[in-house]
Amino acid sequence: MLKRTPLYDRHVAMGARMVEFGGWHMPVQYSGVMPEHHAVRTSAGLFDISHMGRFSVSGRDSESFLQFVTTSDVSTLGVGQSGYSLLCTMDGGIIDDIFIYRLPSEYLIVVNASNLEKDWNWLRSRSTGFDVDLEDLSQRWAMFALQGPQAEQLFCDAESMRGVGLESLPFHEIALFSFFGFNGMIARTGYTGEDGFEIFCDAAYAPQVWDELLKLGTPGSVLPCGLGARDSLRFEAGLALYGHEITEDTNPYEARLGWTIKLNKPDFIGKNALQQIKATGPTRKLVGFEMVGRGVARADYPIHDLAGNLIGHVTTGLPAPTLDKPLGLGYVPADLSAIGTEFDVMIRGKATRAKVIKTPFYQPRYKR
Amino acid sequence: MSFNTPAELKYAKTHEWLRVEGDEAVVGITDYAQHALGDVVYLELPEVGATFAAGAVFGVIESVKASSDLYAPVDMEIVGIHDALIDDQEPINADPYGNGWMLRIKPTGSAEHLLDAAAYEQIVEDASDD
Repeated sequence: MLKRTPLYDRHVAMGARMVEFGGWHMPVQYSGVMPEHHAVRTSAGLFDISHMGRFSVSGRDSESFLQFVTTSDVSTLGVGQSGYSLLCTMDGGIIDDIFIYRLPSEYLIVVNASNLEKDWNWLRSRSTGFDVDLEDLSQRWAMFALQGPQAEQLFCDAESMRGVGLESLPFHEIALFSFFGFNGMIARTGYTGEDGFEIFCDAAYAPQVWDELLKLGTPGSVLPCGLGARDSLRFEAGLALYGHEITEDTNPYEARLGWTIKLNKPDFIGKNALQQIKATGPTRKLVGFEMVGRGVARADYPIHDLAGNLIGHVTTGLPAPTLDKPLGLGYVPADLSAIGTEFDVMIRGKATRAKVIKTPFYQPRYKR
Repeated sequence: MSFNTPAELKYAKTHEWLRVEGDEAVVGITDYAQHALGDVVYLELPEVGATFAAGAVFGVIESVKASSDLYAPVDMEIVGIHDALIDDQEPINADPYGNGWMLRIKPTGSAEHLLDAAAYEQIVEDASDD
């Protein structure tokens, strides 16, 4: 039985195309991936991301616990700040990529829907000896993403948002707000490469908040968006998707996430292995590529060198809507990862030339 | 959701349509298929002169989300392709039975296995219930 978010009835009533994703019944698109993608790049789009996991970590040792189980330096987060981080195995494999928000008396961590149970069990099993309380808030809270260059203006112009200072909420910060008569938290975070907000509110009134967010501005100012556009937007902005660019069989250095590893903080799970990988350098690297030949690379297609040897695979590939050409991300040996290097993507058995280019394909436009 | 399914055409279960014109025929994909795919952004068509058995893959069509095979509705030889679609696939979505046509073919086998509009609509209805 697939799980449903508090917005399920809204999605169905609005004619969204529903698909299975990570055990959830989720909208893949409303009006179409292309119009939704372009709306987020040029105006504003609204996503239901309630399927993501939300855990609270509280108690005296919450900071030292998070220092131990994640790769980033949690001690640098001030109250109201947030940051990207990883959970790694002892071997340095990536269990999940997560977002950590520091609230006044607890931490809120947001994890991938498909990893919710795995992360929960991992965190529980590693909490022995720490004075921490873990609580799964995933069912109790809903979560939306309002993203796009117009998101701030549209949200701040809402009657209930006048004069509350949302426009001065800094990048990656979170605060309590009252919106449309309901209380919740708003963070200036997202997964699209655009400015925008992630909104946390009680599941009980999530449908009303959703309706109000869709009514911002004039009709059509905010387009409801599905997971299809979420994927193409994050892909262009060079943001990893768990299960594609990162898995337990990939390490952060080859995934170009070395910046999330703080080796100079106290001991943490995976530290020794990661130190080793950093010292020797990763043997393969995630690269971005464009097609030289005609074709669209898709996830899991093999990559061959020009002599025909299998050297890697595509992690994500699609016709990038903003860049207007087929692009891809994939793993290749480190010595074939330089910009300009050519290789072949095997598209339905046909060797199709591709060339390494700079990532991100689309330079994010965050408000910092 | 209802889709346009012109009565004068023949349909393959794989969502291609065929319009007989003398001893040749025109092939494209159905309104249901273009809708299910979403905006088409890439198309690969065969060369003129190529031959295909019914059910064989003759081309590839891609949207942002997915890539799909195109299947020969009947045994066929390609006598013409709609070149303009290679650079601009918009007509496939906008006008699937008109300017979105893909191939001009010479059928080289039977077309008896193809469906009429009512039978194809039934298939689409069953698929939409999933």
